[in-house]
This record gives sequence, C-alpha cells and structure tokens, in this order.
Amino acid sequence: MKQLVDKYVNKLVSAGLAEEGAPLLGGLDAELVWNRSDPACNELEEVFGALNINSLLFSKPAEPYLSIIEYLAKGADKAIHPNDSETRTFMHDLPVIRDFKSRQITGALKERKSVIIPGYGIVTWGTVSPEQAFIFYSSVCFACFVKFFSDYLTEVRNGTVSKEQARVFERVVRQLTPLPEEPPVLMHGRFRLEEDVYRAISEAGRATVKHHLVDSFFGNVSFRYNNTLYISQTTSSLDELEGCIDPCPLDDSSCTSITASSEFTAHREVVLRTGMNAVLHGHPKFSVIISMDCEKEDCKFRGQCHTRCPEERFVKDIPIVPGEVGTGPYGLCHTLPPAMEGHRGVIVYGHGLFTVGQSDFNEAFTNLLNIERMCSDEYFHRVGV
Amino acid sequence: MNGWSGTILHIDLTNKTHRFEQPDSETYETWIGGKGLAGYYLHPHITRSWDDPEMPVIFMDGPLVGTASPTSGRMCIMSRSPLTGTVGDCSVGGSLGTELKKAGLDGIVITGKSDQLIGIEIIDKSITIRDASTFSGMGISLLYERQRGNGAVAMIGPAAENGVLFSSIVVDGSFAAGRNGIGLVLASKNLKYLTVKGTGRVAVHDNIGLKQAREDIFRQVAATPVLMGEHGIAYYGTGALYDLMDSRRMMPTANFRMTKFKSAHRMNASALNKKYSPKRAGCKGCHILCKKVGKGGTHIPEFETMSHFSALLENEDIEIMVRANALCNEMGMDTISASSTLACYSEITGKKLTGKQIISLLLDIGRGQGRGKELGQGSYRYAASKGQPELSISVKKQELPAYDPRGAYGMALAYATSTRGGCHLRAYPISHEILRKPVATDRFSFAGKARIIKIEEDQNAVVDSLTACKFVFFASSLEEYARVFTAVTGVHSTAQDLLKIGERIYYNERIMNARNGFSSKEDDLPPRFFKEAGSSGSNIKIKPLNRKEFLKARANYYKIRGLDENGMPIKEKASLLGLKWENHKGSELQ
Ligand code: SF4
Ligand SMILES: [Zn+2]
Repeated sequence: MKQLVDKYVNKLVSAGLAEEGAPLLGGLDAELVWNRSDPACNELEEVFGALNINSLLFSKPAEPYLSIIEYLAKGADKAIHPNDSETRTFMHDLPVIRDFKSRQITGALKERKSVIIPGYGIVTWGTVSPEQAFIFYSSVCFACFVKFFSDYLTEVRNGTVSKEQARVFERVVRQLTPLPEEPPVLMHGRFRLEEDVYRAISEAGRATVKHHLVDSFFGNVSFRYNNTLYISQTTSSLDELEGCIDPCPLDDSSCTSITASSEFTAHREVVLRTGMNAVLHGHPKFSVIISMDCEKEDCKFRGQCHTRCPEERFVKDIPIVPGEVGTGPYGLCHTLPPAMEGHRGVIVYGHGLFTVGQSDFNEAFTNLLNIERMCSDEYFHRVGV
Repeated sequence: MNGWSGTILHIDLTNKTHRFEQPDSETYETWIGGKGLAGYYLHPHITRSWDDPEMPVIFMDGPLVGTASPTSGRMCIMSRSPLTGTVGDCSVGGSLGTELKKAGLDGIVITGKSDQLIGIEIIDKSITIRDASTFSGMGISLLYERQRGNGAVAMIGPAAENGVLFSSIVVDGSFAAGRNGIGLVLASKNLKYLTVKGTGRVAVHDNIGLKQAREDIFRQVAATPVLMGEHGIAYYGTGALYDLMDSRRMMPTANFRMTKFKSAHRMNASALNKKYSPKRAGCKGCHILCKKVGKGGTHIPEFETMSHFSALLENEDIEIMVRANALCNEMGMDTISASSTLACYSEITGKKLTGKQIISLLLDIGRGQGRGKELGQGSYRYAASKGQPELSISVKKQELPAYDPRGAYGMALAYATSTRGGCHLRAYPISHEILRKPVATDRFSFAGKARIIKIEEDQNAVVDSLTACKFVFFASSLEEYARVFTAVTGVHSTAQDLLKIGERIYYNERIMNARNGFSSKEDDLPPRFFKEAGSSGSNIKIKPLNRKEFLKARANYYKIRGLDENGMPIKEKASLLGLKWENHKGSELQ
C-alpha cells in the first residue's frame, strides 16, 4: 500500500497538479498508511473512519489550478458545475465547503467523489486504489481549468468581466506552461514487428502525458497492424501503457476488446475509413475550451450541444463534432469517424482531440500539438489578448 | 410509501392460509428490500434444517423494482441452502420481480408444507393454491408453456423433485436462481410453481430526479466497453468474458488442474454468435440485455456455463456445451455445480468424459437415476464418499465458478469469505482485477484486497437489496444509485449511507452462518490452489497461492469486517450495526 501511495503522490507532482510536499495521501487495508505525517492527518482519519473507502487524498493544487479553483469556489454556492465531458460522465458536479472539518468533508464525500475547500485544497477518495483518488483530483483540476477559461471567454463577449476575474485571468495566463516548440521525435515506421507496435504505442502515450496534452487516465492510443487494432486498455494511464495494450482482431473473432479503451469502436472506424494506421486521442485543454465556444445564442439545442449539435462546426480546418464517450445512441463512435475523413484531426465537443497518422505516431503527435497550439492562439485571439 | 408497496404476503402451505403484513417504514429503511429484507425474515429460522416445513422460502423485491431505474427487474430468492447449509440466496431476473411489485407486493414469505404437489397463482392480491400433481416430473419448458398465460412464472424442474442438492428455481423458462440448491427447498414444500400477475403501478417520489439519475447511469453504461462496447455483454452475452479469461490464463481447465484451454478460441462467444446468430434478450427493466437467444429459441449459455462445459471438462464440441446448458435448464439445476461435479467425477475415475457421457450423466442426475443419484449430491459429498474430498473444487461444499483464484488473488479471498460458499458474485473483484473497473488493481497481489473485498461485499449486498443488476456496476456506482433510491423512495440517502446498510446485511449473514457453526475453518479454499501451479506461459506466471499470504489477507479481512480471529461475529460490532445478538441456539445473549 505504501508503494502505491508514494507512486501517486509522485505522479501528482510530476503532472504539475501539486507542489512537492503538498499532497497528503493515505491508503487503508487493515492498517492506515500516509505518505508523510501532517497535523491534518487527524481530521482526515476521522473521515476515513466515517466512510467505507480505502484511500483519501488531500492536497493544495499547484498553480495555475490553485488560483482558478479558489476563484471559482468563491463564486460558487454549494458546488461548481463544469460542462466538460469528464465532469458530465464521471464527476457530475464539484461540491465546495468552507471549513476543513471532518464532518463537512465527510458530508460532501458521502455524495460525490471530491470536495473543494477554499484556502485548503481538494479532497478525493478511492475504494479500490489510491489511483482513483489521483484520477478524481486530476479531473477536478482539468474541469475547473476548462470552466474558468470558457466562462471568461463568454463574459468577455458579454462585456461582463469583473475586475477580480480579469486580475485572476492575467495571473493564470502568466503561469501557463507553454507548449513545446517542436514535437519530440518518436519511433519511425513502418513497423516490422508486433513488438515495435507495442513500443510505439507506449512511447506515444508517454509523450502525450509529458507534454500535458492529456490528464490522468483519460485519452487513448491505437495502431493497426496485420488486421489487428492494438489499443490502450480502458482506464489505463497513457504514461504507463506497458502491459496495458489489447490486440483486438478486426474480424470480430474475439471479444478481447472488452478491456480495451471505451473508444475502440471509434478508433476502428477511423482506421477503416481513413486508411490511416495510427490514432491518438488526448484532452488538450484549449481544444476542449474552443470546442465549447459557440456564438449561436438562439440555438434550440443549447445545453445539449455535446449530444445534439446539428451544425457543421469548425475551428479553422478542424471539425468539431458532438458525441459522448462510448457507443451509446449519442456515442462519438457515430460522429467522429466520418468527420475524420480528409482531416488531420477532429475535436469532440467538450471532450478532446483525435488525430491520425499513416505509418507511425510522429504525424499524429505533430497534429495533436499543432491543433492545440492553433486552438490556444485562437482562444487568445477571441478574448482579445 | 413510494418505491416500496408496503405489503408482504405470508403463505402457509400446511394450512393453505395466507395473510398480508404491513411492515413499518423503519423495517424497510433498515433492510432496504431484496436480499436485506429477506435476511431479516430468514434469520429467526436459520437454525432449522432446510427441509423443516417451517423453514421459509422468501421471494423479495427491492424498492427500485418496477420503476424506471436502470436494471430494475431483478429480485432475491432466499432460504437456507441444502447444498452448503449456509444462508442461501440468488439474485434472479426475468419478470417475476416486476409482476410482484405491480401486484402490490414487496415480497412473499412461504412456509409450511403441502401434502401434495401444488402451485400458487397470484393475481394482484388474490391468491389461489392449485393442485399440481399432473405437473409432477415435468420439465421447465413445458411447464412454462402451460403457465405463462398466468404472468411471471417461477418453477422447479425434475432435478428438485428428485432431490438434487444443486437444483434451481427457474423464472420465465430461462432465468435461473441457480446456486445453493434453493429449488430443493421448494420441492420439500411440494411447491412446483408460482405465478404472479400484477396490474398496478409503482409510486415514485420524484420522477424528475429519477430521470436525471437514470440518464447519468445510461451515460456511464454507454462509456463502458464490457457492457455496451461492440464486443461487450450487450452483444455477446456474459460469454464476452471467455476470451479474456483464457488470455489471462485463468480459465479453469480439467477440474482446475490447468488454467488454459487449448480449444478456447473455437468455443468462444464469437463462435457462438456465428453459429446461432442470437438476438438480444434480458430481464424486464433492463437496457443492457445480456441474455442471448439463438434461432429456434436456443438459449446461448452464460460465461460460467460456457467455460465449465468446455474447459473444465475439456469438451471441444460447442454443440455439447449448448445442449448441456439446455439440459440443466430443462431439469432445473445449476450449471456451475453440475459441470464441476462432473469434472470432479472425471478426475476421480481418471476418465475424460465424452460429449455423449456428459449429456447422459446430466440426464441421470436430473432424473435421480443410476450414477446420477450420487452425483446429484454435488462434488463434495461425492468426492468425500470416495475418500478424496480435496478433489471437490468447492468452498463450503459449493462448486467454484469459472475464475481460477490463482489468477486473481482478490477472487481467491472473496471465494473464501462468501457467505453462500463458492461464489464469484458476493464481491466480484474480477471487476478491477481483470476488467479494470473502476480502475485496475494488481491481480497477483493480496495487498489491499481485504478492505476492497469487504467494501465490495457491502456494495453488492446493497445492489441485491435495491434491487439492481450487478453488471451495471461495472459502469456506475452507489453514488448514482443513491440518487435513484432517493428519487424513488423519498428517503434521502448517500452512497455511504447505503454501504452502511450493506454492512449490516452482510454481517447479519455472518451471524446466521455462525449460528449454524460456520467459522474460519470453512472460509477456505481447496488445497489444490496452494499446492499446484496453473498453466503459465506468454509472460504470465500462474503460481500456487501462497498460504501464508492468503491467511494474512483473511485475518485482515476479519479485522476489517469486525469479526474475531476465528471469523466469528462480535457482540459490540453487531450492536453498532443495529443487529440483535443471539447465541447459537437463537436465544438472546447477555
Ligand atoms: S444486464 Fe443482463 S442480467 Fe442484468 S438486468 Fe440486464 S438482462 Fe438482466
Ligand atoms: Zn477522451
């Protein structure tokens, strides 16, 4: 348990979600272990006592998340309500309380996966692994980031930006990590061995996480080789794909895809329709934010954009399509593949970006990076910076 | 009341009388319904023998049944298990739960014993007891044809009438309350069938809240490959798991002597789909629809049945697999116990069974004739009578399902601690150990598993009490279902509140088992798993389980569950959970 606890503390720091020394993560089997001792442990142990859980994470987020979350929490009544797909599918809303007291924390965590306590930080939990606590924490940061920038853009348009909001915006923008100038050089195709396919997928996943083009365990990577789609598994972390790639035959002769990414069908349709072999999917933040910016005020589908948007939307040459995670009636597996034909990438509304490449991941990664850069430039153009 | 109908029907078969009980709301809120409430009614009788006329058989709905809650068509049937002697219960689908609710009933508690074979027919609150002697020995499909006009049908087949210890109760012709042999308890009461038809509606407290919570769950289900992915159970049935178990080298083969089956790729769900082009079917109130029915009404076997009627018996004929499944259904007996008993027989006699032998032995078991007489007592009693009880791969005398515990250590612990004996569903750690839901855990480690198993047992106790289907929990969690529960009943509740009730329900079962003498001695696995390795290869090593680590994890589990070091309940813990504390004879302890 200690090993797992330490692993996710380190991941929080390396992902830029918390400063070194900030996270406090406890794991409980028969005994409770913390990554370090801290006066806050007492309060949190009471939370442990009151909930049927096996891990608990408390941390102050690193900048720029800290400023963003503090700002959003201040204006929130009982919860923050982001509109991105991670929140919609998994988190629902993000409760906020005012005191770092076990009773209040317990009350909030009884109902939801996270709680934000302004001035203190974020608390999340897991029932089977500290990894869940890490994922929930990371989703809170991601969702708040997207909401903050989306709200700001809307308010700029409406001319309703408050002084404080403008101040926070400026501070946050100063603290953004810039995108790399050049994409990293990844393994070159054409791949001759199955082993190379596995290595190339793992490498592409790691590069996507390293350059902050996806958060926590979201995103997925696949490559077609010998009529089989090799694809990252569901709930796998893109920076740890070794041993987490499923070979799924394209002729339906096996059901191994049940542990594959929930976007298996979308990936498969994309390679079949486009003739490309590499598919990369991340959640780069400005692509997500831009996808949610629509000026059609009087649209009758407002509030249902993520499933019902009837418009052909683009940011420059990149289509934006509606679609939910998976294969439901509004699943992105219906909207993404046709949109991908003739394009280097497609953004799914409020969710993330898919890109393709022919013989290896260099092209797909370059597309991911360049489209995110374009969306970021577009965003700052739209807000007038 | 909302969600609950507020009425429980009690039927006494000895005197052919019935009465309606209106439990108070506190009883409902303490036990929820389904398995929880059934346990409440079973407990006072638990030290009786299973064939004591006063031993109840309980059919119980939860508050979500019959509402728009996703997977709301399941219910619980409970009694004392003839096979294990433990509390015996099954979650079962079909339409029985829904009809019961529409009839204005939350459940039926049946006691007594009829002097001749009878059936019970319920239409709303009118109850008729009919002579069923002409149906004696009748198979499930024919009986279902005769009775289906009367609404939902629960029935027993010839196996139960012939004393098979693993006989099932079959609902609507193909939904089995398969495990624990509770069909035999119905037979002991001379009750061949029960039909229910209801015309009412279930009152819901907050329809808008229910709709919202339901949409959240639908969204999560759609995002979960094992459910709605194109190779998920919605399209391939639970057999979708077959390839995975084989590739993870944990497919029990040749009575658990191996864990990889060389012909698996020819016997998988994809092969079944190609051969039978099945349609989707399932329980009432479900949109996942995991049951598969092929052309001409062929029922496609579930994963456990596929695996055990192929790998466990080393059968390479897919038609025999399908026929064996149909035969067990027709006779009304549990496929897991039946196949595993045959595998044990095959190992003891040293003879690999041919397809023909598999079919004819199953017939013998169901008819209670020839060798079938002793095999109908289950693998444990059979193996013990041959002086080799260790070759029965069972826990508490109930045969193990199709996940080899050497390939998933949480599963190993969960098999041992299950209150109904060898069962994968009490905790279902396969969810995270193999299916990566909610996240993946290390399947070859006991670290952290004790608490996980305890939490999952509590959770599934809630699921079986609400009642919902466990499959939906690959995608969703009690967080969403607590909202459903609140919307349906109007009783505000959170995931953690429900888990507390789950803990009470599970502890109640531990107490019931303790009162029948069960302790740590029975919370154990067959020696094979500690001594023999499975089939290693392709970079996966299937080692024997480390006994010391297993015992440490079990000790941790006892500590976390609030049991003493022998697995026995503790008075303080019981009262913390609001449970009555009784000694083994059933009188109150001081
Ligand atoms: S998933 Fe299958 S077992 Fe569960 S409720 Fe639906 S049809 Fe029934
Ligand atoms: Zn995504």
